Amino acid sequence: MAKGKVKFNEDVCKGCALCTTVCPVNIVTMDTSKINIKGFHPATVFEMDKCIGCANCATICPDYVITVERF
Amino acid sequence: MAIVFQKTKGLTDKETHYCPGCTHGIIHRLVAEVLEELDVLGETIGVAPVGCSVLAYDYFNCDMHEASHGRAPAVATGIKRVHPDKVVFSYQGDGDLASIGTAEIVHVAHRGEKITTIFVNNAIYGMTGGQMAPTTLIGQRATTAPLGRTVEHSGRPLRVSEMLATIDGAAFVERVSVDSPANIRKAKKAIKEAFQCQIDRKGFSIVEVLSTCPTNWGITPIDSLKWLQDNLIPYYPLGNLRRPEGVK
Amino acid sequence: MAKVLMKGNEAIGAAAIKAGCRYFFGYPITPQNELPEYMSREMPKVGGVFLQAESEIAAINMVYGAAGAGARVMTSSSSPGIALKQEGITYIAGAELPCVIVNIVRGGPGLGGIQPSQSDYNQVTRGGGNGDYKLLVYAPANLQEMVDLMQEAFDAADFYRNPVMMVGDGMIGQMMEPIEFKDSVSRFDLPEKDWATTGTKGQRKPNIINSLALDPAELEKHNHKLQKKYDAMKENEVRYETYNMENAEVVIVAYGTTSRIVRNAINDLKEQSINVGLIRPITLWPFPEKAFDEVPAACKSLLSVEMSMGQMVDDIKIASNGRWPVSFYGRVGGMIPTPEAVMGKVKELIGGEK
Repeated sequence: MAKGKVKFNEDVCKGCALCTTVCPVNIVTMDTSKINIKGFHPATVFEMDKCIGCANCATICPDYVITVERF
Repeated sequence: MAIVFQKTKGLTDKETHYCPGCTHGIIHRLVAEVLEELDVLGETIGVAPVGCSVLAYDYFNCDMHEASHGRAPAVATGIKRVHPDKVVFSYQGDGDLASIGTAEIVHVAHRGEKITTIFVNNAIYGMTGGQMAPTTLIGQRATTAPLGRTVEHSGRPLRVSEMLATIDGAAFVERVSVDSPANIRKAKKAIKEAFQCQIDRKGFSIVEVLSTCPTNWGITPIDSLKWLQDNLIPYYPLGNLRRPEGVK
Repeated sequence: MAKVLMKGNEAIGAAAIKAGCRYFFGYPITPQNELPEYMSREMPKVGGVFLQAESEIAAINMVYGAAGAGARVMTSSSSPGIALKQEGITYIAGAELPCVIVNIVRGGPGLGGIQPSQSDYNQVTRGGGNGDYKLLVYAPANLQEMVDLMQEAFDAADFYRNPVMMVGDGMIGQMMEPIEFKDSVSRFDLPEKDWATTGTKGQRKPNIINSLALDPAELEKHNHKLQKKYDAMKENEVRYETYNMENAEVVIVAYGTTSRIVRNAINDLKEQSINVGLIRPITLWPFPEKAFDEVPAACKSLLSVEMSMGQMVDDIKIASNGRWPVSFYGRVGGMIPTPEAVMGKVKELIGGEK
C-alpha cells in the first residue's frame, strides 16, 4: 500500500526535472508523452503506489508544482 | 489522507518568471513559508531589488516595495523606522548586494538595523544576461569575463557573510544552500531563525543562500546543482557565522 | 504667536516638525549641517526619527522607503549631495510618493565651494534623474516665507503624491531672521494613504510601491498619469511676486536672496528716476510664465540676475516669447552681486544716465 501520493499542477511545471533527481524510490519522471501549456514536458509519477510521501520532490521544485499527501 | 506539502499562502498565485530550474523559486517558498508559519504575513513589508528577483513584489503575499539597484537595505531601513513593530525584509541578489549595494548592506549591519536580508548568491548577474559579479569564482566564465575571471584582473570573489560577521550589529549571519532537499530544510531553519532574530529585536539578520543560474552558467538545471556543490560550496562554506548570544 | 530669531537651517527643521514631519534621513554636507543637527535634537522630542545615513544615496532611499510606508518624511542636502540623490528622487516621483527635499545651494560645479549660490537651477527645475518627471520647487527669499512654505510643501507633496523641493541659496540656510510659526490649515483635503505599506493584516490585498513597468503600454499610460499631475501643478501651484512694475523701463527677474539685493537696487534707481520692476519667482517649477504678461509694453529689456552663469535665462526667454530682449547679470562661486553692480547693468541696458 502506498504511504503517500503526489499531485502535479502540470501547467505550472517548467520541465526543469530537478524533482526527478531526489526521489528515494525513483518514481518521479518527465512525462514525454505530453507538452504542457508552457511547452514543457511536465513532471509526473506513474508508479504512484510506490510513493512514500517524503516530499523531496516538492521540496526541490522551484515552481510549487507538487502537492504531497500522506496516509 | 493528510496534505503534508502544498503551496504556501505566503506566495501569491502569480507564476514566477524565473528560468526553468532556477532556485530563486525555492528560496521564495522558504521565505514565504517562514512568514506564514511565524504568522506575520499581515505584518510584513518586503523590499525587492533590481535583478532577477525584481518582480518579487508580485510573488510575496505581503506589502512590498521595489528598490533601486543596491539600495534595498536603505529602503528597508526607512520602512522599519516608520513601522518598528512590523517585520521588514530585503530580498537581494549578489550583483545587487555585493556590488553596487555594498555600502548599504554594511551599514544596516553596522547600525544593527532590525531587518532581515535574504541574500541570493549565484555568482553571476542573472537578469542582465550573465556578467561577472563580485562573487563570480576564479576561472568561472561570464559575459564580462569571457576567458574566466582571473585574480590578476579582478581580484578574488567576495565572501559577504564572513565580512558582515565581523560587524557587531549583525546579530545573525548564516550561509546556506538550496542544492538538495536536506540543505533546503536547513536553509528554511536558518531563515526562520533570522526572522525570529528580527522579531526578538536582537539586531540585523542575514541569510546568504547559494543558488543556481542554469541559463547563465550555461548548464542544465540538474548539472547546476552539481556545479554548485562542487564549486560554490567549497569557496563559500555553509554554516552559521554569528547568532545572538544566549541562543543555542 | 511671538517671533523668534532663528537660523535658516534650524527654522526649516522647526517648520517641518510643525508641518507633521516625523522622519528625517540626512547626511552631513556644508552649508546645511545645522538642519540634520537640529533634527537629531528635536525629532526624538516629538516621537519622530532622525537617522544619519551612510550617504546621500542611502538617505534618499530611506526617504523612499518611509514615504512608501505612509510617513511624512524629508531629507536635506546641498548641491553635490542633491546630485547624488537624483536616482532616488526619480524613483520617488515614478512610484508617486510624497516627500520634501531641502537643497541649500552652494557653488559648483564639482566640489565647488561652500558659499551661497543659485547654480542648481537646472538641476532642480529640469530634474537630474531619468524620465519625464517634475518636482514642485519652491525658492523662498526670506526665512518667514520659507517657514510658511514648508507647510505648503508637505501638503502639496501629499496631495500630488510627488516629491517637493525647497531650494535656498546658502544665505537662506545660514542667516538668522525673526520668524513666526503660524498655525495654518491645509488648503488641500488630503485623503487617507490607503496605498501605503502598513501591513495587510490579512484584510486587504498587498500594497506595492513600485516604479517598474516592463510593459511599454503600461509605462506610457503611467507617464500620462504623471503628466496630468504636472499639468495640474502648472495650473494651480505657480507662485510669484512682482514689485514696481508700472512703466518699468527694465524688468529684473530674480529669486531667493538675490531678489532682495535687486529690490535695494530698484529702490536706489527710483531715486535717480529710473523705473525698474522685479518679477520674483517663488516657484521655480512651475516657472511663473504668466507674470510676464504684467511687463509693460514699453519695457526695453528683461534682466536675469542670478548667482549662477545664467541658468534661468532660457526660462525667461521662453516665458517672454521674444517680446523683449533678455540680458543677464550674475556672480558665481559664492560671490554675491551688489546693488551697485545691478544698477550699473541696468544703466548699461537703458543707454547710460538719464
